[in-house]
This record gives sequence, C-alpha cells and structure tokens, in this order.
Amino acid sequence: MGLFLLRRIGQALVVLLIVSAVIFALLHFLPGGPARAILGPRATPQKIAEFNHENGYDLALPLQYTRWLGKAVHGDLGFSYKRNSPVSTLLKATVPRTLLLVGLGTLIAVLIAIPVGIIQATRRNRVVDHALTTVTFTLYSMPSFWLGLILIEVFAIKLGWLPPDAPTGSPLEMLQNPAGLVLPIATLSLVTIASFSRYVRASTVEQLEQDYVRTARAKGLRSGAIVRRHVLRNALSPVVTLLGLSLPWILGGSLVVEAVFNFPGTGFLFWNAAQAQDYPVLLGVVLVVSVGTVIGSLLADLGYAFLDPRVRDQIGAK
Amino acid sequence: MNTRTRDAIRAFADNRLSVIGLAVLVLITLFCFLGPLFWQTDQIHTSLMDAFLPPGPGHPLGTDDLGRDVLGRLMVGGRISLIVGLLAAIIATTIGALYGAIAGYAGGPVDSILMRVVDAVISIPTLFLILFVAALAAPTVTTLILAIAFTSWLVPARLVRGEALTLRNLDFVRMVRVLGGGPGRAVTRHVLPNTISTLAVNATFQVADAILIIATLSFLGLGPRPPAANWGGMLSGGLDTLYSGYWWLIYPAGLLIVVTVVAINLIGDGLRDALSPRSAR
Repeated sequence: MGLFLLRRIGQALVVLLIVSAVIFALLHFLPGGPARAILGPRATPQKIAEFNHENGYDLALPLQYTRWLGKAVHGDLGFSYKRNSPVSTLLKATVPRTLLLVGLGTLIAVLIAIPVGIIQATRRNRVVDHALTTVTFTLYSMPSFWLGLILIEVFAIKLGWLPPDAPTGSPLEMLQNPAGLVLPIATLSLVTIASFSRYVRASTVEQLEQDYVRTARAKGLRSGAIVRRHVLRNALSPVVTLLGLSLPWILGGSLVVEAVFNFPGTGFLFWNAAQAQDYPVLLGVVLVVSVGTVIGSLLADLGYAFLDPRVRDQIGAK
Repeated sequence: MNTRTRDAIRAFADNRLSVIGLAVLVLITLFCFLGPLFWQTDQIHTSLMDAFLPPGPGHPLGTDDLGRDVLGRLMVGGRISLIVGLLAAIIATTIGALYGAIAGYAGGPVDSILMRVVDAVISIPTLFLILFVAALAAPTVTTLILAIAFTSWLVPARLVRGEALTLRNLDFVRMVRVLGGGPGRAVTRHVLPNTISTLAVNATFQVADAILIIATLSFLGLGPRPPAANWGGMLSGGLDTLYSGYWWLIYPAGLLIVVTVVAINLIGDGLRDALSPRSAR
C-alpha cells in the first residue's frame, strides 16, 4: 500500500507540473502578452517595455516559468488590476462558497443516484426502470442553465416558495439562509444524479449477472438480502472512481449554476473575469480548480484502492 | 457492403429508440436548413416597435427583445448549433484519434509522456478551459469550433490509445513491421481503421456535448457575436425575461436544445449497441 501511495502521489505531482506548464503556455498565448492585457490596447511600446522589465516578462521563458511557479507555490497568484486586489484574496473569499455548493450538491446527488440506480437495476426493463431512464436521460441531455431557469420560473416566480438568487456572505452565513441554497443545489444535484444513476444502474446490472449472485440465490437468499449484503459493495466501489473522474464536470456545472443564481463563488468570479478579460484572475482560478481536480481524483483513487483490495494489489504489483 | 456493416445497420434499425432519434434529428436539420425557405423572416434588422410580441398571427412564437421573429430565429440559430456541434466533434475526434494511436502504437516512454499531457489537460475543468480560450480569442464561429475541439480531443485520445496498445501486438499489425512498413503506415492503415466503431460512437456523443457547450457559452455571453444567432444565445436574456413573463423566449429554444441532444444521445446509444462486438449476434 505504501508503494502504491507513493507512486500515485508522484503521478499526481507530474500531472500538476504539466498542468502548470499548460496554463503558463496559455498566458503567453495572449495577443500582445500580459502587458497588453493589463495596460490596455492603447499602451505605448515604451510603457510595455517598462512594464515587461519591471515584472520580469523580458526574461527567458523557462526562467519566467520557474519564477511564476515559485510564486504560485507560495500562494502568490498575481494581482487583478481590474478588481484592484490580489488574486489569492479573491480566491480565499470565493472558494469556500463553491466548496459548499459542490460538496452539498454532490453529496445529495450521490445519496439519490445510488438508490435510483439500484432500483432500476433490480427491476430491469420493467415500467419503473423505463420511467426512471426517461427522466434521467432527459435531465442528462438538458443544459443545466436552462434547468436552473425553469426551476426559478416554477418555484420562485409562479409558486413563490423559494428565492431566485443565492444568499451572500461566508459559507456559514449562507447556511443560515438555507432557502436561498435550495434551488442552486437542486439544479447542480439534478444534472449530477442524471449521470451518476446511469453508472450505478450499469454497474449493479453487471454485478447481478455474476456467478456469486447465482450462488447466493441457489443457497436460498432472498433478492433483497443479496443486493444489500453482496451486490452493493461491489457495485458501489466504481462510484468512488466516478466521483473523482466527474469532478471537472461537476465544477463546470457549478460555474453555470453560480452564473444563473448569482451565487458568489469561484465560478461566478471566473465568469466575470472572462467577460472583463481579467487575465490574472482567469489564470489563478484555472490553476486552483485544476489543482483541486487533481487532488480530488487522487483521493478518489486512494479511496477506491482502500475499498477494493484487488485493485490495490494489482497496482502495487505493477 | 460487408457482412459486419450490414449486421450493424440491421441491429441499429431494430433499435426503435435510436431510429426515432435519427428521424427527429433529420426533422430538426430540415427545420433549420430548409425551414427559412418557407418561413422568411428578417433576423438582421431590429424593430423595437415589435419587441416582445406574444405568440399570435404573423409570429407563431412571438418576437424577442429586438422585435425579431422567434420561430425564424430558432431555424437560423439551429444552423450554428448543429454546424458547431458537428465540426467540433469531427475535429476533436480526428486529433484525438491520431494522438491516441501514435501514443498507443509507440508505447514505452513516448506513450507515457503523451498520456501524462492528456491527464494534465483533462484535469482542467472543460468549461473553465473553454471560457478561458473564448475570453482570449474573439468569439467567432470558427474560434469557438476550435476552442471546443481543443477541449474535447482528450477522451477519444484515451479510447484510441487503449485500443492501439492491444492492436500493436496483434499479428496483422506486427506483420507491417516485418514486411518493412513504417509506423505511419501501421497507424493509418491498420490501427486507426480498427478503432472506427469506438470513434463513431464517441463522436456522436461529442456532437451532443458540443451543442450543450456552445449553448452554455452563448448563454454566458461568450458565444458568437450578433447578428449570428444560436439557441443558447436566445436564452441569454435569462432571469429578466422570466420575470417579465416572456415564456416564449425561454421554452421553445430550450426545448429544441433538449430534443436535439436527446435525439443525438439516442443515436449514440444505438450505435454503441450495434457496433460493440459483445452485442453481436
């Protein structure tokens, strides 16, 4: 296990290094470079040269990269001239809120998707299965912003039960106003349930066809007991991997939800930065969400190995 | 036509849902590309006098904030959504397939390096990456197609690489080497053709995803600039429209996106069942 852990962490570090290089390359992809982006299109060549010299943008690229990486590692992600604030400050304010949204949204999605998928698998090709498949398939094909708009129309405007926009403040303050969180979290959960329950269904169906299930049935165990005692554990461990793999997708979903509901999280910050072409913020956010994704998938892989010793041995033996 | 192709077509035709999906997609394509011949509307000029007209005679689906006919706009807007979806999927699949085939066929350190790059780029959440690219480049239809392709070649790359790893050790591919054929020939003539069914299925889902992405980008205000219309952009009025009760600006465009994406996903499911060797009868 120790060797596997080391190997997997090493792999994650390599991936992070490449991510940072890709993001750095994107920075230099900018038309006119960062100086043009910050000083604006009317800056004189002289001003640009001065700016480049002051900020070290006239150094050789590899040197710039190591300097940028060094700063990033120490939490210095640059300065947003548009918002007149260090990028790290902006992130410190928004990341906890997004974690709240993504965390609760994913948790609820998992708690609903698992029973839904199992019910579908155990009643395969019956009416319940077809009905649930239709619902999840439609949700899966739905743009999440449109789903959010419809939920607002129905629950906020027509029925007036819930507020149409998210609360502000720190995550704790947000939790004190749970009504405002319902619609954003519901939107994120619904699209996530749609994709997760399809996997749970497929994974459970596969397990139900295994020999051990037939043996258990031959021994006289009832279906409910077979599912609970034998199938569940085997069918659900892939879901842990799925969680890790879906993280970039869920984060993208949270960006859309934040935009629809004016939820003041990292996605909202990123969206505003994209419209204002605020490059330091764009770069900082991309770096942070990517690091988050890499760490998330690392944790998912470790969790999977922890749940399934076969995988652990297999990877350890390689 | 060989037996395998014929069997696959028959299996696809037996799948009722996929055939319905195909029929719906054909109808939507006709609606978008031939519809404007029969329902001619002015989508370029604005007329504030006619803004926000509810559905009625002359405008079966009402007019939008600039007085343009919504039904006509759905037709024109669908063109961009469908074209972007199709082209982005084709470009992404082509790049991904070549990349994955080279990595898998080469194996060893080349494979490791190439695939770590895929691991890295795939860790950058797609929507963030694509908003970033869209913010860098002025969003025109061409740049958006390239931006979407740039973020979606990774999955086909992984799929093809996996198959190429197996194929390179099969006798008929080894034979190329024995007979003096170069790696280029082995990859293009023998490895890639054998991944076609995987690629076809994945490309179909890519079209659906790309349509959702372009809609989302346009909703977020980073889609193709006006006067180019597309379904997502028609929804960018968002909340304001809802509060004013202009339902005809929210439901028709959204429903068309959902129906199109459902249809394409159904086709993809049918293709997967028809082409996968496990379900072959």
